[in-house]
Amino acid sequence: MTTAISVKNLGKKYQIGAAETKFRYNMLRDVLVDTISAPVRLVKALVGRSDRRSNQNFVWALKDVSFDVEEGKVLGIVGRNGAGKSTLLKILSRVTEPTKGTVSVRGRVGSLLEVGTGFHPELTGRENIYMNGAILGMKRAEIDSKFDEMVEFSEVGQFIDTPVKRYSSGMYLRLAFAVAAHLEPEILVVDEVLAVGDAEFQRKCLGKMSDVAQQGRTVLFVSHNMSAILRLTQEAIVLKKGQLIKRAPTAEAVDFYLSSGQPESGERVWDADEPSADTSAPFRPISLRLKDRSGKVVDTVRSTEPVTVEWEYQLDAPVTGLRVGMYLNTMRGEYVFTAFDTDDAKQFEQFGARQAGRYVSRCKIPADFFNEGRYYLGVNASSFGVKRYFMDENALSFNVDISGAPGTQWPEVRQGPIRPRLDWTIEKID
Amino acid sequence: MTEITKHEPSTIYIKPSKGLAALNLRDLWIYRELIFFMVWRDVKVRYKQTLLGMAWAVIQPVMTMLVFTFLFGTVAKLPTDGIPYPVFSFTALLPWGLFVVALNQGSRSLVAHNNMVTKIYFPRLILPMSSVFAGLVDFAIAFVILIGLMIYYQVTPAYNLLWTLPFFLLLALVTALGVALWLSAMNVKYRDVNHALPFLTQFWLFITPVAYSSSVISEKWQILYSLNPMAGVVNGFRWALLGSGNGPDITLWVSATISVLILVTGLLYFRSMERTFADTI
Repeated sequence: MTTAISVKNLGKKYQIGAAETKFRYNMLRDVLVDTISAPVRLVKALVGRSDRRSNQNFVWALKDVSFDVEEGKVLGIVGRNGAGKSTLLKILSRVTEPTKGTVSVRGRVGSLLEVGTGFHPELTGRENIYMNGAILGMKRAEIDSKFDEMVEFSEVGQFIDTPVKRYSSGMYLRLAFAVAAHLEPEILVVDEVLAVGDAEFQRKCLGKMSDVAQQGRTVLFVSHNMSAILRLTQEAIVLKKGQLIKRAPTAEAVDFYLSSGQPESGERVWDADEPSADTSAPFRPISLRLKDRSGKVVDTVRSTEPVTVEWEYQLDAPVTGLRVGMYLNTMRGEYVFTAFDTDDAKQFEQFGARQAGRYVSRCKIPADFFNEGRYYLGVNASSFGVKRYFMDENALSFNVDISGAPGTQWPEVRQGPIRPRLDWTIEKID
Repeated sequence: MTEITKHEPSTIYIKPSKGLAALNLRDLWIYRELIFFMVWRDVKVRYKQTLLGMAWAVIQPVMTMLVFTFLFGTVAKLPTDGIPYPVFSFTALLPWGLFVVALNQGSRSLVAHNNMVTKIYFPRLILPMSSVFAGLVDFAIAFVILIGLMIYYQVTPAYNLLWTLPFFLLLALVTALGVALWLSAMNVKYRDVNHALPFLTQFWLFITPVAYSSSVISEKWQILYSLNPMAGVVNGFRWALLGSGNGPDITLWVSATISVLILVTGLLYFRSMERTFADTI
């Protein structure tokens, strides 16, 4: 087997100075100030009072990453936001240079990120195909020979000589995708996180990806969607804070990734002196947590396992008629449900009036409930018709991983926020 | 399907480029078609959705020429070495127009195409280069107008010098590309360039013999004056087309040397900045 990609001790340093975050790009003014103050810093450094700022101005987005990929393999790359996945892909596609280390890549690298780059609204579909093809590194003869295929794939045939600014967004995307899909690179890079477009489009990307893999070409696949990773890759690497911490068969790598949850996410803590217009005495929120079956705080919930929501709070004085609860929203802002700890009449009888003290309201959301995606948890504490003590519509967010949920054998996005495991019976009645 | 897709894949090595590494001219050659496409797109799109379309390529230099003729020819009566003022100024406006387009479009080329820069690999040099070349189309149109003007005013072209014109055109391109390389790379990091451009263009026009003849500059300042490479280009155009001025002398060589110097340093600066374009743009 030949090696398609060989990465050795790869490192990428980014500057993150204060000026950068404030202005996005440097201004000459800042540089002038910096230049003038440079001798001062030099003197400080000489007398031993080194300016720490200069050391904090950069961050390693990638550090000492090494791995090889054999030709024809599909490698998954997982990691949290900021783990260095996109930086790695950018270096592989030569958009940016590494600070350290080397990569050798055998063949042309194509990426489904490049969809529509260089498209000009005033040009016709035909002109844009040539333009975009040239940007992606295709020769004119190559575009000529694939032109008909691309037009057919894009399904915009009769509008091919119309300026693309008259296209619907769907047509535009299909045409753009047609060009990228016919680049036929030896190595395909797919960053699903950044992929634009609707579910239909994303599905098309994934479909194209498995085609490419079946043709024996190499694929690198980045996704937050663990079931897609499990479905489409045999092997995966896990990145954490710029370092490669695991390379294993996909199932093992995904398990490792999901179980190495960072405790600070998956939990929301309110400071006692945190000023909030929505808080009124005597109620004081303390913390909100999501816990998995083993009691560990998690920010990614597995659809096939139950999850416990825990809200801790303080009552500085007795309250009557209290109900403490939550809203669940999807990423698009649709409500999934609203529930309170005293919804049950017996519970309300017992806990409607609560003495001062520290409480925790806990509930369990059953397994086989969530569909894949991101959800927001809002919280509310009130006495119905009397007063609202506290509300936060977006107290905590979490991802749902649907590996193993019903229907995941089909690579499609299921509509709707819930994904129940229903008792299906099939009988032959004739 | 065809032979094209069956080539043996070549191996690319990606590593941090040290210092003033080679300019990777091989890649530039591989991507040569992209330069053509970028120029073609630029020309095609520039006058889209305008009432007058390509006529703008004619109107812009002609209007400037008319304003100059009125202000400097009729009112101020500047000396023109015996050439009708419209022909005198239009000859200079040809290379100047090319330079201004290259300066403005070229300097903004990287920032204007930031979505290409942050998403795909291609030799970044292509962007300023194609902006400069796109100016050649307007140049060709203006050249036709100049021929018309010369026929109208019955100005005999300096036949024996005409063959040197390509050299001066090349010098104009070298200067424009050099400046565009410097400013486009700088613009990625310091958007101040965007704000300085209108001022820079105007200032540069004043120190270039477009509206006036460089013979108004006294002898002892001539060398200093020729440090502006565009002075050499404009004087060269007038000399090659109209036979005015002294022809190639020390001032031309000073201008040409500065042009080449700007291009070479521009390439080196561009190359050293290129590494971080995608990160800072």
